Order: sequence, then structure tokens, then C-alpha cells
Amino acid sequence: MQSIITIKNTNKVYSSGFRALNNINLTINKGEIFALLGPNGAGKTTLIGCICGTINASSGTITVKNNDNVRDYKKTRSIIGLVPQEIATEAFETVWATVKFSRGLFGKKRNDAYLEEILSQLSLWDKRHEQIRFLSGGMKRRLLIAKALSHEPEILFLDEPSAGVDVELRQSMWQLIKNLQKNGTTIILTTHYIEEAEMMADRVGVIHAGELIIVDEKKSLMNSLGKKTILIDLTDSLSRLPESLASFSLQLEDNGSRLVYFYNTNKDKDALKNLLNEVNRLGINIQDVFTKESTLEEIFVDIIKSKK
Amino acid sequence: MNFKGIAAIYKYEMSRALRTLGQTLISPVISTCLFFIVFGSAIGSRITDIDGISYGAFIVPGLIMLSVLTESVSNASFGIYFPKFTGTIYEILSSPLSYLEITLGYVGAAATKSILLGFTILLTAHLFVDVQILHPFWMVSFLILTSFTFCLFGFIVGIWADGFDRLHLIPLVIITPLTFLGGTFYSINMLPELWQKIALLNPIVYLISGFRWSFYGNADVNILTSLIMTLIFLFTCVTIIYIIFKTGYKIKN
Repeated sequence: MQSIITIKNTNKVYSSGFRALNNINLTINKGEIFALLGPNGAGKTTLIGCICGTINASSGTITVKNNDNVRDYKKTRSIIGLVPQEIATEAFETVWATVKFSRGLFGKKRNDAYLEEILSQLSLWDKRHEQIRFLSGGMKRRLLIAKALSHEPEILFLDEPSAGVDVELRQSMWQLIKNLQKNGTTIILTTHYIEEAEMMADRVGVIHAGELIIVDEKKSLMNSLGKKTILIDLTDSLSRLPESLASFSLQLEDNGSRLVYFYNTNKDKDALKNLLNEVNRLGINIQDVFTKESTLEEIFVDIIKSKK
Repeated sequence: MNFKGIAAIYKYEMSRALRTLGQTLISPVISTCLFFIVFGSAIGSRITDIDGISYGAFIVPGLIMLSVLTESVSNASFGIYFPKFTGTIYEILSSPLSYLEITLGYVGAAATKSILLGFTILLTAHLFVDVQILHPFWMVSFLILTSFTFCLFGFIVGIWADGFDRLHLIPLVIITPLTFLGGTFYSINMLPELWQKIALLNPIVYLISGFRWSFYGNADVNILTSLIMTLIFLFTCVTIIYIIFKTGYKIKN
């Protein structure tokens, strides 16, 4: 696969001494959707900032289409669109003026038909004469996407596109991203929702405390991330775990009144069904069932431990 | 050169000025009218001519400078501070614009406003006093040079400022007092000898003196000295802006 962004030995240390990025090495392939997963403060936005030019990297090299993003910044930035995490807009400008402004910044010829198409796709065309302050939060976020697309970028960065967005808008945003990919746009999105990465990405990178700890195809990564815990509350307490349940990854807790089952949704597709069948066969009465997914933080800790 | 990018910033800033016309143009014009009424007509009629010029006419170049300097710093500082404040600066920094192009866009728009303001005050002054311009070329040159220089200075203030209080601090605490003490309302030759020497430490003296020379042919200091001092200040501001962008000071980090 042809690479479009190559990051080598990139570090970022802020003037306060805080190391936001620690020796990042990463290649993004042309036309893929790459999800950068990580908890808040992991370094996702800093990494995007270093690629897009909003933050100066302390060391290392970043090339976009074989152009150095410091030396040949005009070439690299001209093909990148950035949707920031924060909804940053000029409240008193109109939708149309701000989108035109964005296109102008990139030195592109006026193309009202293209801007109309973008605004229509994002359901903002009817709002083009409205001042931004009168738009809803969801509309503002879509407007940021329209601004980022206004100069027809080959690469689109979406920094936490789902942050504070309702389910409906999230779905339509995912659809839009998929459509952009179909049209050949390379997309890099950051998220701390595993579900989002699972839905969208071709490849996933996990960043934690400024270190890129794993980069893999989505499928293989999800196999290791998709751990779930099932809590089964029993009507009558058990004194010990029955022998036929020993083959399952089970623990007996709360003085025998709760079964705790750890399993992997991707690896053991029938495991839960088999367990419940066995519990039923043994005549154990179930009072309630809860599911608990590992937090990303817990998964990260697991990955870090396994790396060590 | 990304001319379209420069034009985009320029147009955006100018449209903001049109939206806030009251703040940009009307407010300084009203202030100037008040100065003319108080110092030109009411008090000025009791003051003798200075170097053969009526007091009302004498203060015209100084009043233009007072407004131009203050508004240049205010407009340019606000122009770059506001995107920092709202977060929209990301768009400028991630666009294929060089530091020079970004500065030209913002400073060019702010300087245009200042130059328009200068001419508006000049026209307003005509309503109150008889103003003559002996050296129109130099008058326009000084106006443009001063506007650009102080817009560059304002641009630095806007980058430096962490809050609105700091943004207003420089025009209020430095520019306005220095302009008042720089010969807006008097010739520094009217001061005692020691204060004349002290006044020469004020860079705004050279701007007002040079500007007044372009009107009436009289100057407190040599016209060449005025020009050189203005250019030194311009060069200093350009150097500071270069360092700011090179290091990313308060913008990129």
C-alpha cells in the first residue's frame, strides 16, 4: 500500500517539561481510515497538531506525500484538512462567509458550486446566511467539517469528531466519513470510543502517555481489545464453583452470590451462550445479569503490561 | 506567494470592521470632534498662534496621530488576539500561509482601517479649522508608514496578550500617554530645556513632528530624524514578529 504520511522519531516536549509525544513512528496509507485511540491527554491532538502545523514538534521528521512538513509546509498543508476537537468558530460570521474564507486561505480559486455541494451534503445549505452563533452544536460541528473540506483536501484529520455529538449525528458523520473515503480521501480520526474505531477504521493505533504502543489492522486489534465481563447474580449462593463450570473463565464472588465471567466477544462467540446453558442445566437460578466492558484505560494498562 | 490567502484574511478583517463600524470609525471621530470643540474652539481661541499657525489647526496632525496610533494598535491586536481567544487560529496555522503572508493579511487590513480613519479625521477637522497641507506626498507617506508600523506593534501585542485586560493595557497605559506627551497639543519647543531633552526619548515625538511638518513645514525635530526613527521602530517590530513566528511564541506551543 502506498504511504501518504510518514512520521519518524517524532517527539514533543512542551516548555513546561511535559513530554506529550515520545518517539512516534507511524505510517498512514493512502486512502485508508486510520483511527488513533487513546484516553484524554494521551497525545492524540498533539500528534495531529505536529502533522498539520499548529504545533511545532521538538524533534523528528514528518513527511506528507514525500514532502517535509516543515521545509515544504506549503505543499503539505495544502492537501490537509483539519477538523479540531473544540468547536472553534467566529460567532458573528455567516456560514457562507466562513466557508469561503477557509477556501481562500488555501489559495484556491472561488468555486461556489463546490461549496454548495459540501454544505448541502452536510445539511447546512439552508443555513448559509445564518450567523454561526445561531447554529446548534451539531450544526457547528458539521460546519467545521465543511470548512475543512472547503479546499478539497486529500487527507482529512478529524479530532474527536463524536465528542458531545448525539447518536443520530454520529451515525450521519460516520456515513459522511465513509463516503469521503470512497472518493479517495485519506482519513485520520482520533477517538476514545472503541465503538467508533471499530465501526470506521481500517487500521487502529493506540497512543498512551505520548507513546504509540500498538498499530494494527482493526480486526486483529479488536480481538485483543474486545474483552467483556458478565456479572451473574444468583438467587441462591453457591458454596463452591461446580466442576462443569471450571472450563469457563469464571470467578465466584460476594460470598457465592455472584458469578463473574471474563470473555472475549470476538474470540469466544458462543461462550456466553454455552455458559448460560450450563448454568441452566445445573438448575442454578439467575436473579440478574449485568455486563461490564473494560474501560479503554484498563485495556491500555493490559496492553502496556503485555508489552513489558 | 499565496495572494488569495492574504486576500481572504484581509477581506475577513475588513468585513469585521464594517460590522463594527461604530467602534472602528464613528467612535474615534466623535472623540476627535470633542477635542476640536474643547481645545480648538473653546480653549484654543484664547491661545496665541504657534509658529504662525492657529492653535486649532496646529493640533490637527497631533489629533490624527493620536487616533491613528491608538486605533492601529487596538485593531491589529484585536485582529490576531480574537482568533487566539476563539480557537480559530488553528485554521490560519494549518493553512499554507507563510508568516509574512499571515502578517500582511492582518496588518494590511488593520493599517487600511487606520489610514481611512486618518483621512476621516482630516476631513472632520476641515469642518472646524482651516487646515493646509504643504507636503501632501509626505503627509500620506507618514500616515501609511505610521499606520503600518503601529499595526505591526499591535500585532505583537495581540500575540502577547493572554486576556482582554492585557489587550487594552498597551493602548491605554503606553500609547495614549506617550501621544499626549509627544506634542499632540503643543510644540516640544514650548517645554523647558530639560523636558525637551526628556521628550526626545519619546518615539512618538518624532512621528507627530514629522507629520506636522508635512502639514505646515514646521517641525520640532529634523524631518530626516523623524523618518529614520519611524523606520527603526518598523524594523524592530518586523524583527520581533519574525522571532515570534519562528519560535511559535504564544501561538504554536
